[in-house]
Amino acid sequence: MTTTDGPHTVNRRKFIGYLLGGATVVAAADLGLFGRGATADAGELPTLPQPAEIADLSDLLTLAAAPTSQLITVTINDDGTASFELPRTEVGQGITTAAAMLIAEELDLPVDKVHVTLAPARPELLFNQITGGSNTIHAMYTPIRVAAAVAKGALLQAAATVLGDSANKLTSHLGHIVAPDGRRVDYGRLSALAAKEEPEAVEVQLKDEGSHGVVGTPVNRIDALDAVTGTKRFATDLDVADALPTMVCRAPTLNGTPNAVNNADEVRNMPGVTHVATIPTGVAVRAATFGQCIDAVRALDVSWKDGPVAGMSDEDALAGVRAAEAPVPELPAGETVSGDFTFWFRSNSAMDTNSAVADVRDGRAEIWASLKNPNVAQGRIAEAVGVPLNNVTVHVVQGGGSFGRRLFDEPAIEAARISHTMGVPVKLMWHRADDARVGRTHPLATSRIRASYSGDTVLGFQQAHTSVETDFRHGLGDIITAKAADLPAGLGNLPFAQVIFHLTTILPYDFGAVGQSLVETDTRFNTSSMRNIYSPDVRTANELIVDRLAQRMGTDPLEFRLSHLRNGRLRTALETAAEKAEWGKDLPEGVAQGIGVHVEYKGVTACIMEIDCRPETVNRKVRNAVTGPRVTKATMVIDCGRAINPRGVEAQMQGCVNDGIAMTLTSSLHLRDGHFQEASWDNYFYTRQWNTPPELDVVVLESTEPPGGVGEAGVAASAAAAACAYARATGTMPTEFPINHQTLSFEPKPYTPPVPQSPTDGLEHTY
Amino acid sequence: MPEQTFVVNGERVTVDVEDNVRVLWVLRDLLGVTGPKYGCGINVCKACTSHINGKAFNPCAVPVGDLSADDEVTTIEGLPAQAAEEARGDHGLHPMQEAWLERDVVQCGYCQPGQIMAAVALVRKVRDEGRTITDADLDGIRNICRCGTYTRIREAIRDGETRM
Ligand code: FES
Ligand code: FES
Repeated sequence: MTTTDGPHTVNRRKFIGYLLGGATVVAAADLGLFGRGATADAGELPTLPQPAEIADLSDLLTLAAAPTSQLITVTINDDGTASFELPRTEVGQGITTAAAMLIAEELDLPVDKVHVTLAPARPELLFNQITGGSNTIHAMYTPIRVAAAVAKGALLQAAATVLGDSANKLTSHLGHIVAPDGRRVDYGRLSALAAKEEPEAVEVQLKDEGSHGVVGTPVNRIDALDAVTGTKRFATDLDVADALPTMVCRAPTLNGTPNAVNNADEVRNMPGVTHVATIPTGVAVRAATFGQCIDAVRALDVSWKDGPVAGMSDEDALAGVRAAEAPVPELPAGETVSGDFTFWFRSNSAMDTNSAVADVRDGRAEIWASLKNPNVAQGRIAEAVGVPLNNVTVHVVQGGGSFGRRLFDEPAIEAARISHTMGVPVKLMWHRADDARVGRTHPLATSRIRASYSGDTVLGFQQAHTSVETDFRHGLGDIITAKAADLPAGLGNLPFAQVIFHLTTILPYDFGAVGQSLVETDTRFNTSSMRNIYSPDVRTANELIVDRLAQRMGTDPLEFRLSHLRNGRLRTALETAAEKAEWGKDLPEGVAQGIGVHVEYKGVTACIMEIDCRPETVNRKVRNAVTGPRVTKATMVIDCGRAINPRGVEAQMQGCVNDGIAMTLTSSLHLRDGHFQEASWDNYFYTRQWNTPPELDVVVLESTEPPGGVGEAGVAASAAAAACAYARATGTMPTEFPINHQTLSFEPKPYTPPVPQSPTDGLEHTY
Repeated sequence: MPEQTFVVNGERVTVDVEDNVRVLWVLRDLLGVTGPKYGCGINVCKACTSHINGKAFNPCAVPVGDLSADDEVTTIEGLPAQAAEEARGDHGLHPMQEAWLERDVVQCGYCQPGQIMAAVALVRKVRDEGRTITDADLDGIRNICRCGTYTRIREAIRDGETRM
């Protein structure tokens, strides 16, 4: 048996695109095209596959986008460059570079002559402006190439007139059209000549994927130069007139709300402070500098109404989840193996904290923020400040990381409310303490697994996953499904959660009667999908039990997996990883290897980690740090279909490995007395240099499958590999994650005031 | 309001602001020098790492009143000028920035100005100690990268060290 690979294996190359009227070449393609799109007899909408053909979340998102008519455009500029506005958000995952490569390939332009910017909110794109589920490249692969091919066709036609040759005798070379006798004309000169007065539909043939010269080669990021020179602009770097620094003073309990401010006038008179205003989520202050905002937030005396989890600890939240657990279904009779795992709250706080610039005055709203869902944000902002939708402009800014956060829009809404209330532009930045404590988290969950076997046959495998609710109220990128998910008490959210769980958590083994179920409970926390959603937890629990089964049967973990895998691509990936990692090599006591595999985003990953759990390693000391077991070597093999940019894929896999290690070994939030204790990076132990694997090998397998997603693809296999390695090194199967959750490794910072003061001794710590 | 005078990227600046405002905010909010990033404000994430008189420091933890008129602050924007002209690379940048480009270290990029400034200071420091970068030196770097670019950072630092 093999898993289905969805409906996209048909290799079509002929498509319909459009030339729009204008002063230069503006070539367009319908975003609904996705691999088997419009046929040569024009305009026909793609057929939706039957549910059984839908292989994963990527399909759901691509299909949600299918039956609408939505154009993306590639423009040829008179300087010979091309421009493209990507209706997605770049947050580090490399999609702007991949888009530039696709355009460069089809147009025959150097990559650095393609300018990719982020499109503002485009409500007409309906479902098609959400950046999620690592779906961008899967959904955009065909439309982007079609638009670029249409532009190229127009340039060839114009060149035929200029050069006096028929278009089919002409060739292109890096921004020029070349005649058989060597005469050439550049794209810039042709751009005006090739422009159309009226829009027209044209049929194009895409380049044969086998002849790609840019796509599939390693290319450096197009925004790297800006990043290393400090000129890449994030929301808080924007220079919007009069948008002064603004912060919010928040309640000492999670989601508490302000009753009254007792010293607003006093705070308003503090140095630099211009405004103090109460909003639903706290008390906002605006000042000449963020330092003065911090002083003002700390000085505010506010009476608060407790939030909905006041007094609670994470043990209480766990008890709530336990109470909601459904029985694990019966298994075929046999010997049994079982496991009961707890996954604590984990933070998806990015380096660039929640932030937004807002100017809401005179019945208009203009917002700048990193938003993966700008259409929903636009609707919510209109509602929040009572401005008609048409008067709300949402600019999408690159984000300094997302990890699930930027699917939601609370900083944009908050900034809009503050600007509206104060009557001035604001640059809102969440303090790190706010981002860590109040920002969204990966929900606390339990996963219970029962498996039965007889001899060397697994008869059944049942997994019951129970979780604090994961918020999917961002919908599918449009205000309509966002509203549907917004129904009271999680009613609307639950179907989304169920669908996403079942589309993403495939068990890749032939294990007889397999079942996986999800129950979600408790809507009081600020949650979101975190990089790879349910899969890291689900797969960690799975793979630990897989190792148990192998052990009971006396089989090597690698052999056991290879003999039960039901996915050929995954088998190849695992064999490659085993060879590269030298699976089974001699290791000292306390050091061991572990395996994790995963199928998602139209691709497969196999990870092998080697962990050192010897006391001299575990107890190594680093100031203000969690050390513990160290993953000394990680090998990650991915088949993501056709890799657009193998260097970018490698980068994403390296990041995923560090995420997986953090989830399994070191990073969690601790809820005490109604609030999360972690307030900064000295409290929250994401992987650091002292925990990252000194040896990290990534192999990107050659593949002819359609391109899949890579931004999240490696987290599940990494988290599982770290857990399995730890279990084998210590001889004990861990049952809660991260494994160090019961040790609080820091002195908690106060809840009142809600943000810590900056130190003053920096000059004593220079080096 | 007190006047604060110091040197930023080779240029003497004077700003009217209270003594206790941290240098990070003076740079970002008043002078518009946004290369140094905010990641914590309490000297633990190292995203704001810059140089003072050639040494790494964290401007989120230094009140501007502590600077004197001759103190030279260098941010990522001023780093290329710290390298002799013949030492600059293809992009006209400091050798460490060139190494960063060559290794394609950046993902979201938010932490990277601080990473590069820390890397340059680290190479200078071990050189002053008459040695080269070790694994232990790399393990000891405190700059966090939430995108997990650590492997390429390590490679780029070793590469940048040979170019510096
Ligand atoms: S912002 Fe200065 S160290 Fe984090
Ligand atoms: S590159 Fe994103 S935080 Fe380092």
